[in-house]
Amino acid sequence: MSAPLLAGEPLVAVRNLHVDFPSATGVTQAVRGVSFAIGREKLGIVGESGSGKSVTGRALMGLLPGSARVRADVLRFGTTDILHASEREMRGLRGGRIGLILQDPKYSLNPVMTAGAQIAEALRAHTRLGRREARDAALALLESVQIRDPRRVHDAYPHELSGGMGQRVMIAMMLAPNPELLIADEPTSALDASVQAEILRLIEELVDSRGMALMLISHDLPLVSRFCDRVAVMYAGQVMEELPAADLHRATHAYTRGLLECLPSLTQKRERLATLKRDPAWLAPRT
Amino acid sequence: MLRARLGALAATAASIPITLLGLAVVTFFIGRVVPIDPVLAVVGDRAPADVVARTRLELGLDQPLYAQFWRYLTDIVTGNLGRSVMTSNPVWEDIARYFPATFELATLAIIVASIIGIGLGVLAATRQGSWVDQAVRVFCLAGHSLPVFVLALVSLLVFYAWLGWLPGPGRQGIVYQDMVETRTGLMTVDAALAGDWPAFWDAVAHLIQPAGVLCLFSLAYIARMTRAFMLAELRAEYVTTARAKGLSWSRIVWRHAFRNTAVPLVTVIFLTYAGLLEGAVLTETIFAWPGLGQYLTVSLLNADMNAVLGATLVVGLIYVVLNLLADLLYRLMDPRTR
Repeated sequence: MSAPLLAGEPLVAVRNLHVDFPSATGVTQAVRGVSFAIGREKLGIVGESGSGKSVTGRALMGLLPGSARVRADVLRFGTTDILHASEREMRGLRGGRIGLILQDPKYSLNPVMTAGAQIAEALRAHTRLGRREARDAALALLESVQIRDPRRVHDAYPHELSGGMGQRVMIAMMLAPNPELLIADEPTSALDASVQAEILRLIEELVDSRGMALMLISHDLPLVSRFCDRVAVMYAGQVMEELPAADLHRATHAYTRGLLECLPSLTQKRERLATLKRDPAWLAPRT
Repeated sequence: MLRARLGALAATAASIPITLLGLAVVTFFIGRVVPIDPVLAVVGDRAPADVVARTRLELGLDQPLYAQFWRYLTDIVTGNLGRSVMTSNPVWEDIARYFPATFELATLAIIVASIIGIGLGVLAATRQGSWVDQAVRVFCLAGHSLPVFVLALVSLLVFYAWLGWLPGPGRQGIVYQDMVETRTGLMTVDAALAGDWPAFWDAVAHLIQPAGVLCLFSLAYIARMTRAFMLAELRAEYVTTARAKGLSWSRIVWRHAFRNTAVPLVTVIFLTYAGLLEGAVLTETIFAWPGLGQYLTVSLLNADMNAVLGATLVVGLIYVVLNLLADLLYRLMDPRTR
């Protein structure tokens, strides 16, 4: 753990979170009773596509579409009750206290604004900086995400940046107002393997040096276990199992075990790679 | 990068003369294939044979086709579009007199239509599914599918005949006829320049109905396109990013989503404008508006080929120029096209 927990109180508390999407054909239950807490630590949320991990992250920021129905016994960030917070309070939270890094900078950056303008905008939404000061701060931020030529990147449009470069801009933008929690939603899935490691190392360094909490959403089990303090495994809108990352190999739940079994290994020789056998019992509501 | 940008600009600019040449070929060809004898059109069908023969020589119709085309081309370039049989003025002078009326009408209509249309489109897109959205959609459908002549006639019936709020057809009231010196050909601007405010307000009153009808038609289209473009942009990932940054909703809508919507919208608005400038034939006819559309129609019905071809060339030129402008704006607004 990078920083001690605040006197017993976790930064994020989620208890029995439900998210439903009503549609013409029925109600899709994306999240079905998820509970977890995050202190000043790195929590990994793993699961396959559609397991509800991204929706959980977005529910925390109040970023779900208007059609979504969100219920929870507790959904709290710091002292803010997210379910009952006003739009103004939520805007202060978003970007200000919680940052969100999305998957692919090709789509998550505005194509007609320069990188610098997008960073400066995040700064000015939460601070009283003037235009010139925001520009200087944006340049400094670009330097802090280890961009070699911050001046060029500052004036560049997203299509002129590589994927890794774009993701660094995204990180700089979300770090701008110094948030307490960073939600990274598949931050490296769209990047080349060599760049993935760099970006992850960068996120780790920044999270550690700033004492931030991190919620890393990924489908990559080994990556999350290497990177995070704790791992929550999600399946069909529920948390199957939550355990310290170091104990992942001692996982008890059949789903987690099944996922681990599917991974090829460099050291252990195997005739055939196992495939996941789904047990309908996993779908039953958990308490 | 600057060099690449200039190169692209030069390529666009170079395509203009080629397009115009193609246009000249088409009008020249039309002029030759229509079953109207240009000689008889000039001298009338009761002229003596020697006059007919002399005129044929003067018009160069005895020369080979390529020579005739060359002559036609040099004429166009020097601004000689021939004489109109109907008005017996040079076609160029006629167009210079008729075009400002259309320009005044179309420009007013497109400005109002863009402002209201964009506003309605954005409003509907940001409240998708609400009653506001439904109302805008019904309005757009009705506005765009109602025939212009029905709208125009109903408007005349209601605002002119029944309520008497607005003047009837024409560009100005009879008492103001020829009272204001023509400088730009735009009735409102000329009246304002002359400081003749009663004439100015009279011209404005006459503009309201035809401009309103054209505006409603274009507005419905612009609003519908704006709504569709905005809906697509509001679903984009960068909007989630913008929301995650904690920006205000209005900033997300206008600075982020609309900035991206504006790029394709420029083309929509410019092409709509070009359509209006080429002359809204029905509207101009119903409101007795002496514009390019009316000139073209009347010339066509009277088989006045010089006038028809001249006006066609001008309409083509307008299209080419507006397309070029839209292209330049597009490049200016979308960094990816530079």
